[in-house]
Amino acid sequence: MSTTTTEELSATTLLRFATAGSVDDGKSTLVGRLLHDSKSVLADQLEAVEHASRSRGQDAPDLALLTDGLRAEREQGITIDVAYRYFATPRRRFILADTPGHVQYTRNMVTGASTAELTVILVDARNGVVEQTRRHAAIAALLRVPHVVLAVNKMDLVDYQEPVFAAIAEEFTAYATELGVPEVTAIPISALAGDNVVQASANMDWYGGPTVLEHLETVPVSHDLAHCHARLPVQYVIRPQTAEHPDYRGYAGQIAAGSFHVGEQVTILPSGRGTRISGIDLLGKPVDVAWTTQSVTVLLEDDIDVSRGDLIVPSKDAPPTTQDVEATVCHVADQPLTVGHRVLLKHGTRTVKAIVKDIPSRLTLDDLSLHPHPGQLVANDIGRVKIRTAEPLPLDSYADSRRTGSFILIDPSDGTTLTAGMVGESFAAPEPVKDEAEDDGWDF
Amino acid sequence: MTAIVATAEEGTGTPYALSHLDSLESEAVHIFREVAGEFERPVILFSGGKDSILMLHLALKAFAPAAVPFSLLHVDTGHNFPEVLEYRDRVVAAHGLRLHVASVQDYIDRGVLKERPDGTRNPLQTVPLTEKIQSERFDAVFGGGRRDEEKARAKERVFSLRDEFSQWDPRRQRPELWNLYNGRHAPGEHVRVFPLSNWTELDVWQYIAREGIELPEIYFAHEREVFQRAGMWLTAGEWGGPRENETVVKRQVRYRTVGDMSCTGAVDSDATTLDAVIAEIAASRLTERGATRADDKLSEAAMEDRKREGYF
Repeated sequence: MSTTTTEELSATTLLRFATAGSVDDGKSTLVGRLLHDSKSVLADQLEAVEHASRSRGQDAPDLALLTDGLRAEREQGITIDVAYRYFATPRRRFILADTPGHVQYTRNMVTGASTAELTVILVDARNGVVEQTRRHAAIAALLRVPHVVLAVNKMDLVDYQEPVFAAIAEEFTAYATELGVPEVTAIPISALAGDNVVQASANMDWYGGPTVLEHLETVPVSHDLAHCHARLPVQYVIRPQTAEHPDYRGYAGQIAAGSFHVGEQVTILPSGRGTRISGIDLLGKPVDVAWTTQSVTVLLEDDIDVSRGDLIVPSKDAPPTTQDVEATVCHVADQPLTVGHRVLLKHGTRTVKAIVKDIPSRLTLDDLSLHPHPGQLVANDIGRVKIRTAEPLPLDSYADSRRTGSFILIDPSDGTTLTAGMVGESFAAPEPVKDEAEDDGWDF
Repeated sequence: MTAIVATAEEGTGTPYALSHLDSLESEAVHIFREVAGEFERPVILFSGGKDSILMLHLALKAFAPAAVPFSLLHVDTGHNFPEVLEYRDRVVAAHGLRLHVASVQDYIDRGVLKERPDGTRNPLQTVPLTEKIQSERFDAVFGGGRRDEEKARAKERVFSLRDEFSQWDPRRQRPELWNLYNGRHAPGEHVRVFPLSNWTELDVWQYIAREGIELPEIYFAHEREVFQRAGMWLTAGEWGGPRENETVVKRQVRYRTVGDMSCTGAVDSDATTLDAVIAEIAASRLTERGATRADDKLSEAAMEDRKREGYF
């Protein structure tokens, strides 16, 4: 068993989070305020922003220039792509996926949310919950982001009144809960004035909760592994074939979910062959137990055929394999996805040929209504698809495992990433999809 | 599941949360292994600077006890610090690696490239780099670029597709979802891969300290003959400094980045140990590039423009 050292205990953890908000909700100001007030903007960066703001005839430094990095973005004054920001406090380090708010950039919010543990959704206190807010909540629910923060911004413009905040928080929480969002934390803020972003607001003594930064610093970042299905996609086979290690044969990969221990009975999918784990190397150091998201090398008792693309799972908790994938997808490419489209499907470390058999529905994000048989999905569309794969895949439901329940579709002709896929039913399912467990005998 | 005894950290909820350095390490190793699994001819850009040294260290861990399945490529500007070249050759020999060198001096000697009036050779690296990638048919090229370095880099993907001219088009980037990296490319195209995308300068130094990684000595405070140009301390040398009106002085300095001597500035420092360097960076009010790189100050979009042309 590996022991935890004092050094590791004193080390900070990492939180990946994303922001979402419409153009005028003050998202750039919030991000700028978080970076600035947590002292993460350094003097030369601020100087560059001041210089650029002045040369454009602006009086005050435009904090949005901290985050809009491309020529086209600065020219048009908009954010066109996800940018990643880094900042730290003594308690935690943060990776912020700063995503654009326009409807036509839904795919970018999906990109940012796919790796996020938390999403901050901004609303303007004067406008309350609007269509765009519902869209952002729907995407957070679809991507199963574990924590959602509703930041009710511009409280200074509604005289810091509690009833305004309370009404918006109540309406949003009811809507998000209906979508299946597990946790909503609502915080009244003014990004411009700095209320409740980093420092607690003196203008809203009726609010007793955390500031945005305090919440980011303390929200839990990992899940209860005891209830996770353990999954290890094999990335690479390590065979030194040297005098020192003539027979070493290790299966390298990053644990996608759950934990594995030496001596455990495991099954290799899709072949279905069983063996035991005889050793686990954690980057050169042998350990007894390893867990998500550690990159490890696993040694097996029996000399069986295992290669890149295979999935190692506990024998008592193996997912079914199937060639018929039903999923909710977000289409991210400019060329449409159509029925009959031949694609490549990448799931974990395995890429297989596949064909789009059906597109039963497209979701209208504004009111969550379903448009039946749209024929195709275009950029930023979210819909249901049925895909037939050339080889069986061990698929988890995305609801159970974000890593082994997700896949991407790739255009085989030019390599374009077409679509982000989430296996299983979602709130967008027209009718509950029959639970696969009934047919395939999942034993949990 | 066997019982695991560990203490839950504040805010983690369970004992299974990884420290931020373990989390970054695991992610970088995953990226190295994906490339090893999906590409035919990958290469690591290796300058002898701390980021490329860190990349090599992570690659060694990712494939242990087997050898690193990649060769190294150094774009030699001809104005490198001798201490760094010495370090480079020693590391290559110690690990039995293969080193490719693309030489800017060769291109200048052959008349293909012209020395710039300002003497900096950093922008001249693009042509030797991209021609070497084509001639060796490298299909994945690891770079040590970090998104915290520069705002154009903040927009870059971990897997960044380059066309046959090595050009980067920020508007045509593939969305990168979950950890499902897409390395598909047409013949002639290649993918630049950035395993350190999510690391900050401080993370790099903390990890170097934790792992006890050896660095070239110019990263630590030492006495050096320098002169001032455009607010930076540059090392005097045959590359073209100092000019008539520039005076050489002896100062106690160290380097935060390592690159071409003509545009990489030293900072005043008395940090002679890793702990002292970390303390100094944590307290610094300047970014690494803002403090020490002249070429990024050329224009607001200097990095974006160079990257579009094929720079790393």
